[in-house]
Amino acid sequence: MHADPTGVLAGAHFMDGDHACSEGAMAAGCRFVAGYPITPSTEVVERIAERFPYIGGIFIQMEDEIASSIAIQGAAWGGIKAMTVTSGPGFSLMMEHIGLAAITETPCVFVDVQRAGPSTGLPTMPAQGDMMQARWGSHGDYEIIALSPNSPQECFDLTIQAFNLSEKYRVPVLFMMDECVGHMIERVVIPPAEEIEIVERRMYGGPKEGYQPFEAGRDLVPLMVKAGDGYRIHVTGLTHDERGYPNMSVGAQAKLVQRLVDKIRLHADEIVQFQEHDVDDADVVVVTYGITSRTAIPAIEQARAKGMKVGHLRLVVVWPFPEKRIRALADRVKAFVVPEINLGQMVYEVERCAAGKSKVILVPHGGGTVHQPKDIYTAIEKSLRGK
Amino acid sequence: MAEELYDIEVAVPENPIESFLRMDRMPHIWCPGCGIGTTVNCFARALETSGLDLDKVAIVSGIGCTGRVAGYVRLDSFHTTHGRAIPFASGLKLANPSLKVVVYSGDGDLTAIGGNHFIHAARRNLDMTVILINNFIYGMTGGQVAPTTPIGASASTAPHGSFEEAFNLPFLAESCGAVYVARWTAYHVRHLTKAIKEALLKKGFSFVEILAPCPTLYSRRNKLGDGLDQMVYYKNSSEIKNGAETKSVALDLQGKIIVGKFVDKERPTYIDAMNEHFRKRLGDRYIPSDENKEPNPCLERKSRSAASAGRASF
Repeated sequence: MHADPTGVLAGAHFMDGDHACSEGAMAAGCRFVAGYPITPSTEVVERIAERFPYIGGIFIQMEDEIASSIAIQGAAWGGIKAMTVTSGPGFSLMMEHIGLAAITETPCVFVDVQRAGPSTGLPTMPAQGDMMQARWGSHGDYEIIALSPNSPQECFDLTIQAFNLSEKYRVPVLFMMDECVGHMIERVVIPPAEEIEIVERRMYGGPKEGYQPFEAGRDLVPLMVKAGDGYRIHVTGLTHDERGYPNMSVGAQAKLVQRLVDKIRLHADEIVQFQEHDVDDADVVVVTYGITSRTAIPAIEQARAKGMKVGHLRLVVVWPFPEKRIRALADRVKAFVVPEINLGQMVYEVERCAAGKSKVILVPHGGGTVHQPKDIYTAIEKSLRGK
Repeated sequence: MAEELYDIEVAVPENPIESFLRMDRMPHIWCPGCGIGTTVNCFARALETSGLDLDKVAIVSGIGCTGRVAGYVRLDSFHTTHGRAIPFASGLKLANPSLKVVVYSGDGDLTAIGGNHFIHAARRNLDMTVILINNFIYGMTGGQVAPTTPIGASASTAPHGSFEEAFNLPFLAESCGAVYVARWTAYHVRHLTKAIKEALLKKGFSFVEILAPCPTLYSRRNKLGDGLDQMVYYKNSSEIKNGAETKSVALDLQGKIIVGKFVDKERPTYIDAMNEHFRKRLGDRYIPSDENKEPNPCLERKSRSAASAGRASF
């Protein structure tokens, strides 16, 4: 299905990542946004607030991030696509509702423009410190999908993809930007609506009698209805059965949670997305995501110019993690170098998949700026020394 | 032979509110003597006489004993997180204004953890009915002190008695901007039914506080008897004062209870104010959301104004 032209500002623009994310949401068909001001994400909702009255959307600035992160879920059950936008401290406040969206299988998008933490940290400066929180921040077992753009163009393109994945799998999708990508201004080309592929919510339209709103087919994703359709559904954050009724049994818990996890894990091959460059002959692979995928390039080029066989694997979808690919590479490369603007998060995933077969070297950075390419270069050089 | 005595078929009339309930979820979890079920009965009767299309009524609860109401009522029903029924309901209503949205939850849920959302939804005059069951205590978690626990009453986390000033909820609701404010008790079933019906039919943020016995954790602990004793207290100590100034209706431990309809006024709802404002500011370039359209000739121009909107503003 193609995008509704109402929300598509087709043409070539010069805009920052935050604004491009807004445009991506509008092109994806998002018509409800709830947010609370927080640097460096605020420009996303500012543009939404400006544009929404012209395209049939509703923006509401809620009283806090907790309210924003559940208002979007009310809107989703009201039948429209919805998003909230925040940064570090607000993201922390939203964790409970990522779990609610996971257990109630509510499609919605959470944008986190990462800044340095913990706590108030460096409000206007970049970091990639929320990557594990995105995966594990809410209590209990569940799966989410997270994407990591590295340019304003991708903030547009991947926001659309975030909505599409959210609708396809009925799962909260986390859009993990960072301050650099959010505030970087570059050329953004918005294609005409008919060239934008949109995944619409798969709605149930069958008989009301015997309808079970949480009964899933082979793809493990139940069809959805919205409030007011006459199905008189019950939706709860309690462990529930296929009818949506609370069920406090070990069996119901096992069944529900397994399906919530499996609907993502068993589709991981379809969801996982990464980019590779010069990996085929590589002795060492630099694994990056977000802005770090760009700061690593000069280091990699410099190393290759000196004859080192360096490849680059950049995560586009960060969660689910591309386990199979990293495992396969670990069988033949000497080392992975993982620069992150944190003191080590995704590196643990690389280590887990490398499973001792190849070295894994973290290039940490506490946040506030991006890496110096020379630090990444030094790590590449070091990785090739010795065993 | 003796068994035959029990085989006699007795015609049991169907409870008239059964069609409003998810009977396949009975029995409910509420304790004997709890007042919540009585209020649900009143709610069902109010809905029945309201003339509302029940397919278009959605109920949202938070967490707690009253939070379970959403699960027992045969409506589109949402059992959300602790304290967050109102912001969920806000998103639901804004996304789908054709719905009548009811929030049904407890005093701790709506005014402690959810207090911020309560005041802002009232301020915005979001079009929803909030039914708050005030049993003066956290029931589900075992009788902890609440923002509504009267001074002197004992609770598991105030074992020497509460010394905090309790909320006067009608006053809170009115001062935040609610357009309809009433208080009744689980004893006043007819008044309560009428009040819920009025609240359901009122446009804007309508609020009904209902005092209800919690025999298991409030009245037993405070040696106030069982559910029936609390009903007797409500009967004997309530005074109906419609139009009473809300600042004068604070409650204290086993003191006089002022009940009645305190506020019934008009104020533009959030959606009406938004539509009017944007129409005034943006003229026919304003496109209300799909569900939010009124029959309005300017909407015929949707695609044209949409196409020009981007150029005009950027």
